[in-house]
Amino acid sequence: MIEGRIWKYGDHVNTDLIIPGRYLDNYDVPTLAEHAMEDIDPLFVSKVRRGDILVAGRNFGCGSSREQAPLVLKEKGVGAIVAVSFARIFYRNAINIGLPVVVADLTSLDEGDVLSIDLSRGLLRSASGWESSFRPLPPQLLELLEKGGLVSSLRERFKH
Amino acid sequence: MSGRTFAQKVLSRASGTEAEVGDTVVATVDLAMSHENAALVSRIFHEIGAPAVWDPEKIVLVFDHRIPASTISAAEGHKTVREFAEKKGIINFYRHGEGICHQVLPEKGHVRPGALIVGSDSHTSTYGAFGAFATGIGATEMAAVWATGELWFRVPETLRIINEGVLPPYTMSKDLMLRIIGDIGADGANYRCVEYVGEAVDEMTISSRMVLCNMAIEMGAKAGVCFPDQKTRDYLAARSVSLDGELFSDEDAEMSHCELDVSDLVPLVAAPHSVDNVCSASSLSDMTVDQAVLGSCTNGRLEDLHAAASLLDGKSISPSVRLIVVPASKEVYRMAMEDGTLATLADAGGIVVNPGCGPCLGAHQGLLASGERAIATTNRNFRGRMGSPEAEIYLASPLTVAASALRGRITDPRELMS
Ligand code: SF4
Repeated sequence: MIEGRIWKYGDHVNTDLIIPGRYLDNYDVPTLAEHAMEDIDPLFVSKVRRGDILVAGRNFGCGSSREQAPLVLKEKGVGAIVAVSFARIFYRNAINIGLPVVVADLTSLDEGDVLSIDLSRGLLRSASGWESSFRPLPPQLLELLEKGGLVSSLRERFKH
Repeated sequence: MSGRTFAQKVLSRASGTEAEVGDTVVATVDLAMSHENAALVSRIFHEIGAPAVWDPEKIVLVFDHRIPASTISAAEGHKTVREFAEKKGIINFYRHGEGICHQVLPEKGHVRPGALIVGSDSHTSTYGAFGAFATGIGATEMAAVWATGELWFRVPETLRIINEGVLPPYTMSKDLMLRIIGDIGADGANYRCVEYVGEAVDEMTISSRMVLCNMAIEMGAKAGVCFPDQKTRDYLAARSVSLDGELFSDEDAEMSHCELDVSDLVPLVAAPHSVDNVCSASSLSDMTVDQAVLGSCTNGRLEDLHAAASLLDGKSISPSVRLIVVPASKEVYRMAMEDGTLATLADAGGIVVNPGCGPCLGAHQGLLASGERAIATTNRNFRGRMGSPEAEIYLASPLTVAASALRGRITDPRELMS
């Protein structure tokens, strides 16, 4: 079960907004993460707390294939992203690094509301009393998330 | 049984199954491309703990985003990748400014029809112009591919865009692409394989088709494809590429269609800060520009430089504009040097830089200050993409960019028609 405060963003939040290309010569994720969301929400880094949930509109994560986009969000403590729709490379990247992504329209909720997500049962519930459901990820992908992503699951494979 | 789509056929072959649309399959890739982010991929590869890469000959590495190194960290990244390539025996390694990955791979004969190609770069879809199924993936997935040669794919739905008619003078495939994205939106083809067909595509050069497949990702597509014809075969034969693998969708395959007539196309521009914010170049004629960029994997090929040079020959650009010219590859650079195109562009006031990504991703070679406006032949106008988040980027064809550099404001190239 994931639970956290929500921060809201609009449609088409692209990967350049999540982490601008000008910083990508640096591969150190904690350093990079200091610039997360800088061009769309300069206060993001100071306000986000571990477990917080991003709620967005359509096509979240469109643009570049840069995996640093989900990585910096995860590094800053984001516990899950709920969007009306995701761009496909971002969606794959998030799952592969172990950051839960949920397709649902929560744009009517208020910022600061507390949301809980049951990934395996596909349930969403807010502290303000709102409830909804979504189609859970296929079992293989849920398992990937539980293992912490693709690296951990492959590490097991190469151990033997 | 109804027919099968191109995407279905490629993913069936690569996975050894009879894949249906919507199935998730594990497929073996034919080629895996990375650029500077190979530094990140190699770190993840080490974490996975695989003893060796799955097939050193099927991995291609290209330095293009920050070459020559623009910062110390970029230089460190290059060093990491060079050492990795050396240790793992990766011989297809273009490290000396050969050009942008999406231009270099086809030029060097790595792209063949019917192949399943992945790249840790979103514009990997460009290789669809040669009849390959090519798609962008992330760094972790690439590390998994380096370790195993395999990856999971969902077999995508197909959207066929039928382009009838002939492009009017002073319009280019870039204008057509902007029109398509403007019509269907930045997520209009999400997760799908887009097939570009019709008279306008048949008439196009390979370079122009590459623009269409390159920008498929800007409408969310997983892949874009132009099916091989004689032009494709001539291009590939000249690079000793085998043509055996050609695949086409069956005529009765299930897919959605969208038809458009290109004969009334006009020069278009994508205004800030999204690629689907499209309007006519002529509607923006009061907008001054500070920088004009001619280059990128979208429009940095010889025909693009020629188009710009045709408007700039013997003229000088506006003194208030910086025109940055970035040939897409060394091959393009060399041809443009030999036929005098680079001299024409330089004499007109252009700054010709080395082949590579140039300022496209805001890493170096021409960043924008706050309040500045650029018009570029690149593929993304996202806020902050080319420098300051307070700058504006307009996307257009090489002709429109050249005309705008000349006038110092956004200009419909037809205004310069002689
Ligand atoms: S030219 Fe621009 S879009 Fe193309 S690969 Fe380089 S940075 Fe990416």
